[in-house]
Amino acid sequence: MLAAGISPEILAKYEPVIGLEVHVQLLTNTKAFCSCANKFGAEPNTNICPVCLGLPGALPVLNEKAVEFATQAALAIHCTVNERSIFARKNYFYPDLPKGYQISQFDKPLAEHGYIDVPTVDGSMKRIGITRLHMEEDAGKSIHDGFADSNSRTYLDLNRCGTPLIEIVSEPDIRTPDEAFEYLTRLKEILLYTGVSDCNMEEGSLRCDANVSVRLKGAPKFGTKAEVKNVNSFRYIRAALEYEIERQIELIESGGRVVQETRLWNAGEGRTYSMRSKEQAHDYRYFPEPDLPPLTITPDWILARERDLPELPEARRARMISEYDLSEQDARTLTASREFADRFEAAAKTAKNPRRVVNVLLSEVGGRLKALGLEQEQSPVSMTGIVLAADLLDEGKISSKQLKQLLDTSFETREDFPVVYEREKPQQITDTAAIEKLIDEVIAANPKQVEQYKGGKKTVAGFFVGQVMKASKGQANPALLNELVTKKLDA
Amino acid sequence: MTAKVTTEEVARVAELASLELTPEEIPGMVGDLNAILDYVAELNELDTTGIAPLAQISELPGAGGSASLRKDAVEPSLNRATVMPEAPESDGRFFKVPKVIER
Repeated sequence: MLAAGISPEILAKYEPVIGLEVHVQLLTNTKAFCSCANKFGAEPNTNICPVCLGLPGALPVLNEKAVEFATQAALAIHCTVNERSIFARKNYFYPDLPKGYQISQFDKPLAEHGYIDVPTVDGSMKRIGITRLHMEEDAGKSIHDGFADSNSRTYLDLNRCGTPLIEIVSEPDIRTPDEAFEYLTRLKEILLYTGVSDCNMEEGSLRCDANVSVRLKGAPKFGTKAEVKNVNSFRYIRAALEYEIERQIELIESGGRVVQETRLWNAGEGRTYSMRSKEQAHDYRYFPEPDLPPLTITPDWILARERDLPELPEARRARMISEYDLSEQDARTLTASREFADRFEAAAKTAKNPRRVVNVLLSEVGGRLKALGLEQEQSPVSMTGIVLAADLLDEGKISSKQLKQLLDTSFETREDFPVVYEREKPQQITDTAAIEKLIDEVIAANPKQVEQYKGGKKTVAGFFVGQVMKASKGQANPALLNELVTKKLDA
Repeated sequence: MTAKVTTEEVARVAELASLELTPEEIPGMVGDLNAILDYVAELNELDTTGIAPLAQISELPGAGGSASLRKDAVEPSLNRATVMPEAPESDGRFFKVPKVIER
C-alpha cells in the first residue's frame, strides 16, 4: 500500500472525520412513481413504461407503500418524520437517467435528526447522528464491458429506473474506520428487521458512499473532504477509509493539500483513485418537482407506522439476554436476523427448558454447521428437531454423548433429528442393578476421590458420574446415574 | 432589483444543459434571459414577509388521507419488442449509447 510509510506518532496527530451516505432500495412491489414491477434480475428492459423512461407527457404518481417503508425506516433510526416534505429535481445528464433528472428530496426531506448507537473499542456505546433520510428514485444500469462492441458502446438496462430508494445521511460524527463499519452493520441490521429492504449489497440494494477528511487533533474546522464511492462491502469501506485517511495525512505531512474530489475504491489494488472529473463538474440545480405535490402525512398515520415497527435488534437482544439467560455473544448470534430470532423464540416457547434449546442450537448444531462451512438454512436439523433433542436431554432420556452421536448421524445422512432418533432410539441402561454395578467398580478403582468426597468435596460426584458414563459407553440414563452415584457415595 | 446575466453565466448554463451555443448565439441569449428575468422581477415588488414559499399549488393530502398516492399494485409494462425499434440503437434487449467514459 502506498501509505504504509507513516509512523503511528504522525497518524496520532490527526483526527479523521467521516460521514456516510447510504442508499437503500425499498422492497415495494412497484416502482416509486409508476406501476412497473420493482424486481432485481428481470430480463433487461422489460419493466419499463413511459414514466420511468421519461417519455414526454408522462407523469409520476408516488407509491403509497414506498412512503410507508421510508417512514418506518426513519422511525427505526429515531428520526423525526416531517408532516410535509417536498420532492425536487436533481438535474444531471447520464444515459442511465433518461429523464435528465432524478426525483429526489432536497431542502424538505421526509425525515431528519435521527441517530444510531454503535459499540466502541472500550465497550461503551457512541451515538452517531443521522442528519436526514429522504426519498428518491434509482437510475438504470449501465453496462460498460462484456459485449463485442463494448469498446465503442455502453449498454443500458432501464429496469432499475424509478426503483424507490431512501438515502440516509449521517452526521460527520464518525471518527474511525471501525466506527464506520459498526454504524453500517447496525444500520443494515435495523433495516433488515423493519423488512423495508433486503439490504443485499451484491445486488446493489444497499450502497454506501463515504465522506472523509482529516484534521490536526483539536483543530476547530474540518479538513477538506474526499468522497469515496464504488465500495460494495462493509469490509471494503473500512479498508478504503483506512487507505484514504493515511493518504490524506501523508499528503498534508509532505506539504500538499487535499483537494475536494470523488475517488473510486479499487478492491483489487486496495487503494482509491481520483476520478479526475471535470472542474466545476457538479451543479445539480435542484428545484421543486412541478409534477408532484408536496407529500403531507398526518401525525396519526406516523403513529400508526411507529406501532407497526417490530421489536428492533438492540431491544430484542436486551430482552432475550434476560429472558433466556444468554451471553451477549449468544444473543448476537440468535438475533442475527429477525427471522432466525423469531424461529428460535417460537421453538424455545415449546421446549421444557429454553436454555437447553440455546445450547443444542448454538453449540451442538451451530458447531457442526460451522465446521462444515454451512449456513443455518442448510442445516439438516429443524427447530422442531432441536426442541426434541433439548427435551430428551432435559428429561435425561438421552445423554449428551448420545445426543452428539445422533447429531453426527443426522449430519451424515442429512435426516432431521426426530427421524434419526426414532430409528436409532439409543439404548439406555435404566436397570438400577446394572448401573450400581458399574458405580461400585468405579468407586473401588478410585479410593482417593472417594476420600475427597467423604471429606466434604461434594463436587467430586461429577467425576464419578463421568467415569461411569464412560464405562457405560454413554448409555447410562443420566438422571438415574446421578441419583445412584450420590446414593452410593453417601452410603 | 434588476437581474443581469453575464456572458459567462450563459455559457455555464448552456454547458450544464448540454447545449452547444456558437459565439454568435450567446449575446442574443444574454439579452433574452435578461428580458425574462426583468419581467419576472416585477414580482419582487410584492411584500412576501412571513409567507411560506409555495412550490406547488395543488397541495393534495398524502399518506393518512391519501388521495394523491398510488396503491402498490403491479401493472403491465411496455412490450420490449415494440419499444426497442424506437431507440436510436439497440440489440433488441439493451439500449445502446456511445461509450460512456466517466461519470
